[in-house]
Amino acid sequence: MPEAIVRRRRRGARRVNLFLWVGATLLVGFVALAVLGESIAPYDPNAQDLFAMLEAPSEAHLLGTDNVGRDILSRLIVGTRFTLSIALASVFLAGIGGVALGAIAGYFGGLIDRVVTGIIDLLLTVPNIVLAIALASVAGASATGLTIAITASFVPPLARLVRGRVIELREEDFVAAAITVGMSHTRILLRHILPNAATVVIIELSLNAGQAVLIGSALGFLGLGVQPPAPEWGTMLGASREYLTLAPHLVAAPGVAISLLVLAFNAFGDGLRDVFDPASRN
Amino acid sequence: MAPLLSVQGLTVELVTGERTFEAVSDLTFDVSRNEVLALVGESGSGKSMTALAIMRLLPEPVAEIIGGRILFGDVDLASASEARLMEIRGDRIGLIFQEPMTSLNPSIRVGPQVAEVLRLHKGLSVATARQRVEELFELVRIPDPKRRYDDYPHQMSGGMRQRVVIALALACDPDLLIADEPTTALDVTTQAQILETFRDLQASVGAATILITHDLAVVAETADRVAVMYAGRIVEEATTRQLFDSPRHPYTNGLLGSIPQIEDALDTATRQPLPEIPGMVPALWALPTGCAFAPRCPLARERCTRERPPLAGMEPGHRAACWYPVEVAR
Repeated sequence: MPEAIVRRRRRGARRVNLFLWVGATLLVGFVALAVLGESIAPYDPNAQDLFAMLEAPSEAHLLGTDNVGRDILSRLIVGTRFTLSIALASVFLAGIGGVALGAIAGYFGGLIDRVVTGIIDLLLTVPNIVLAIALASVAGASATGLTIAITASFVPPLARLVRGRVIELREEDFVAAAITVGMSHTRILLRHILPNAATVVIIELSLNAGQAVLIGSALGFLGLGVQPPAPEWGTMLGASREYLTLAPHLVAAPGVAISLLVLAFNAFGDGLRDVFDPASRN
Repeated sequence: MAPLLSVQGLTVELVTGERTFEAVSDLTFDVSRNEVLALVGESGSGKSMTALAIMRLLPEPVAEIIGGRILFGDVDLASASEARLMEIRGDRIGLIFQEPMTSLNPSIRVGPQVAEVLRLHKGLSVATARQRVEELFELVRIPDPKRRYDDYPHQMSGGMRQRVVIALALACDPDLLIADEPTTALDVTTQAQILETFRDLQASVGAATILITHDLAVVAETADRVAVMYAGRIVEEATTRQLFDSPRHPYTNGLLGSIPQIEDALDTATRQPLPEIPGMVPALWALPTGCAFAPRCPLARERCTRERPPLAGMEPGHRAACWYPVEVAR
């Protein structure tokens, strides 16, 4: 094998690992924070200390305190749970909904396909965040409302992606072969088509998770998400914007946390894509 | 003995855009147990369409059976319910696909893929199915079947995959085997090996077999009987020996004449251009009134363009659809 090819292949392999590992490590860290929560937080996240308001980072408060003297680090740690669970729940639900809709529309075609595609196309004309805002204001400003809103904004693009992949797979010889050995449509769809669509779904969902964090925070920031005093990051960001000039660390802390989590999901998704996508493998 | 499969007057209609025409017209043939019938013809002659019609896998409503019966045992496949067909497909009828590279599911290991069919139709347990699949792999001469069981399709060569496809078709001991160009996608040496395996298995299983091909060499090596198709109809049907020795239809004669002979081709001094049949296969929606082959036929006379010749007996076991059949033996 020519040396250049060997070298290129080796470099490709290393890049894949880097993305995937950075993403995975960060995610494991965030999950640990979310699970441990209060037990590792230095202070009660909602305990106010009116003698220590808007303090800059110090030894006592590593990330400083907010306008009512709550420890920001503690709030961030406990808040991980909100942000992460909203992101994961909405991605999980969107996965189920999107795959089911897309698979049925793509496999059976005809009238079902036209109806589903029509609705999807209609929903796709509304920007993600606007759709989420609209739904959040209907569903109510809470973690549940937020999850519903984010889920709903992910289902249409995912359904379309799955539909396309299923249509492509439906024409494959091995699907025709499955029919010739007497398999039912359900079996063909579940066992022979969907597993082959799994990689695109997994990649799309891990990238969606990053999006979910952003949308969730944005809605929290706008006051449509988790309500204060719960320490959701977007909500924290929203509440602290008045003190931007006075105490910039108040904004920086949740901002950096959001960015890191988004980065973690995106790196993980990109890493997965590199691993799965045959085009980037060689 | 009654034939296992009896196709009677099968007619398949194709609708493309605004055109509607018959892709297969009034097709009649029988296949018995232990017999290999080859369906030969150029692309568009309707041979693959016939196979799809027998399996009832025509892409409806684009292609539909509009007439005739397909008697398989005591079932008429042409009118059988979808539920009945699902029981028959894969169990009583096995189909070998043309493209081994794409007819296996890339995300499932080959062993379980074959085992799935056994479990579906025969209700075997995971362990028994695995054992049976390993036997099948042995039978189709996949070396080291125990280890190959857990291979993914992409880990196998084309020839090996085609063996898996054959194992899949044979898994449930079918009564009828349909092989649609089983070796076309393979290189020549692999072709020979697969054909040999196929022939041995066919003989030992005793299934009635329809072999669809355009390769006359494959026919000579494998088939007992041949039906030559042209423009959706059978134009000649005979035993393989009769057909190669004394073809009666001018089209068959032309086909046999266009097989390259290596000795002739090697001798540069006397090398002749390969004889070919002049003209093109007519469009199925614009067939001439008389014999469809008449415009290209060197022996055509006035009657050929006026009346379509029926498929008539020439000698026992030999039928041809021609008013003025070829007389010379080759």
